[in-house]
Amino acid sequence: MEDTRAPEIAISAQRQWSWKEFFFQWEWLLVVVLLIVVGANTWLSPYFLSLNTFIRTPATFLDKSFIVFPMMMVIILGKIDVSVGSTVALSAVVMATSYNAGVPMPIAMLICLLVGTTCGAINGVLIAKFKELSFVIVTISTMMIYRGIAFIILENRASGGFPGWYAFLGWGEVAGIPFMMLAFIAVAVIFGLLLHRTSFGRVVFGMGNNATACRYSGVDTDRVTMTVFTLAGFMAAVTALFLTSRMGSTRPNVAMGYELEVIAMVVLGGVSTNGGMGRIAGPILAIFIVGFLSFGMGLANLQAPVVLVVIGLLLIVSVLALRVRFTVKKKKPVV
Amino acid sequence: MKRGIVLALIVIMAVAPIVTVFARGAQEAGAQRHAFIFKNTGNPYGDKQMEGFADGIRAQGFEAILRAPDQPTAEAQIQIIEQLIAQRVASISVTGNDFDALQPVLTRARNQGIAVLSADSAVNPASRITHINQADSEMIGRTLIQAAYDMAGGSGDIAILSATSTASNQNLWIEWMQKELAENASKYANLNLVRIAYGDDLRDKSVSETEGLLQSFPNLRVIIAPTTVGIAAAGRVITDRGLIGQVKVTGLGLPSEMAEYIENGATPYMFLWNPIDVGYLTAYAAVAAVEGRLTGAVGETFSAGRLGDFEVVQAGDGGTEVLLGAPFRFDPSNIAEWKTVY
Repeated sequence: MEDTRAPEIAISAQRQWSWKEFFFQWEWLLVVVLLIVVGANTWLSPYFLSLNTFIRTPATFLDKSFIVFPMMMVIILGKIDVSVGSTVALSAVVMATSYNAGVPMPIAMLICLLVGTTCGAINGVLIAKFKELSFVIVTISTMMIYRGIAFIILENRASGGFPGWYAFLGWGEVAGIPFMMLAFIAVAVIFGLLLHRTSFGRVVFGMGNNATACRYSGVDTDRVTMTVFTLAGFMAAVTALFLTSRMGSTRPNVAMGYELEVIAMVVLGGVSTNGGMGRIAGPILAIFIVGFLSFGMGLANLQAPVVLVVIGLLLIVSVLALRVRFTVKKKKPVV
Repeated sequence: MKRGIVLALIVIMAVAPIVTVFARGAQEAGAQRHAFIFKNTGNPYGDKQMEGFADGIRAQGFEAILRAPDQPTAEAQIQIIEQLIAQRVASISVTGNDFDALQPVLTRARNQGIAVLSADSAVNPASRITHINQADSEMIGRTLIQAAYDMAGGSGDIAILSATSTASNQNLWIEWMQKELAENASKYANLNLVRIAYGDDLRDKSVSETEGLLQSFPNLRVIIAPTTVGIAAAGRVITDRGLIGQVKVTGLGLPSEMAEYIENGATPYMFLWNPIDVGYLTAYAAVAAVEGRLTGAVGETFSAGRLGDFEVVQAGDGGTEVLLGAPFRFDPSNIAEWKTVY
């Protein structure tokens, strides 16, 4: 039990362990919502409840989930990064263009990761070193710049023709489980450890609560900010690898709006947009709630706008619920 | 108190989608079901095509599923196809947002025994049994350039306002337009194709692309928009800017949407086939494919209800296709009659 409490200590100074506290947590509410979603879907469509749904369909929404983890860190810092969708597009476009220019595929994939990391690092440096620029302005600008460069490179065309083995990333299976799912689990474990078991993770939470205090206690806050934004860029490139593999080709307008979906998942996962609060289990549950919700409504053949409305409602209700819960409990709003 | 409200909201959230579905009528699992996927929602041309498909499927006693993503992207269509595979539909007919990107998921569908066709905008030959095409692409491309030549009085700048850069039907027509220009270089010596702009089949983007064309090319005489969203946007801009007569708009448009511009002279004439018939023909081809009467080989014939008999022919992309017929011309003499039809 000592272990599960560790992140809690980072959030609020002293809290006694109690069963009531343990079950009255946001993550349990998300588990209930997930069960409701699964139950409702099963009722809506006779085709929902099957092994296939739980093993294979996550591949339809897991591509963007790789960005959820670093975005969670960004939001814990009390910041936001809206450029990740554009970073996905730019890394994918550069990879496809260099491959078609004769670069071997494994090197093109490394270039993809390098481009994403660079995009993230640029955000990080601008935000950490130029305090006059707010993170919102920086990432809105780079969102336009990265997308623009992608359009300049490919000029509104599609590029693909990758070698057959590359399709394995998005479509391959290991022992009946999609490779993407295994990659997702690995990434989730790594980020879980990073956030809740390392001093780096502790510092990220600390900075979200009080960056000034952190700086005065000797933390190189600029470096932490840069690292977190660079990670976001790197993971956007990972998403680009998987998305391009699933699509078989790429265009400058891929991953349009991914940043908003990712932010929605993080917020639904109980991560406060004021920073300093959140646990890895929340966003993971949120990924599956949003994913299964839209998949299930699709199975029931509801039209796309209905799905958008339902997800929008879910988001606003959940944030409201989180705020009210903390108002009641602590007599002060936290979210 | 507040917590109660939130709890109530959460319950409503969970119940809302269920109620929506029941209001729309729940699906029964028994009947053979045929699915049609259009490019995106909010496209009146697509709505007509889906309507025709549903009519054709119902006329044969089956159930139709009509789907369209909220964004005109291949990613979104892949998700819908995954959902249809999980529902074990009998056939999937898709108006592709990308020629190649749907291949992995459509191959998976075919491996599960689902008949896959494309309609209107093709997917690559490896992904489909056959393609249902509105009209001969060559004829459409050449006809539109001839119309532009006629409207420009033989000389001046012309531009194309297309949908997305990856839409295979648009690209094929544009290719034929360029061929028509190249093969008759002496006739079109004074006609300059100055730009191909992409409005992505979104109204606002098509409007701003049109404004951009007018600004960049003061000598512009004709805009060819082979997409219903683009041509209506161009007609709107020309009308609003008071450029009627100076810059003419032609292309492929819905009579009901374009009647205003044909009547005010912004569009002297334009072309289209009947999108309802495209959907209807697709419906008959889909059922024939499921029943094994259509395998997509050149020379096969099948009957399509009120439209008569059709034959599978070789397509320009290496696969096969079924052609609905020649494009139909709409001008001030017949628009009043057609604008109420579709």
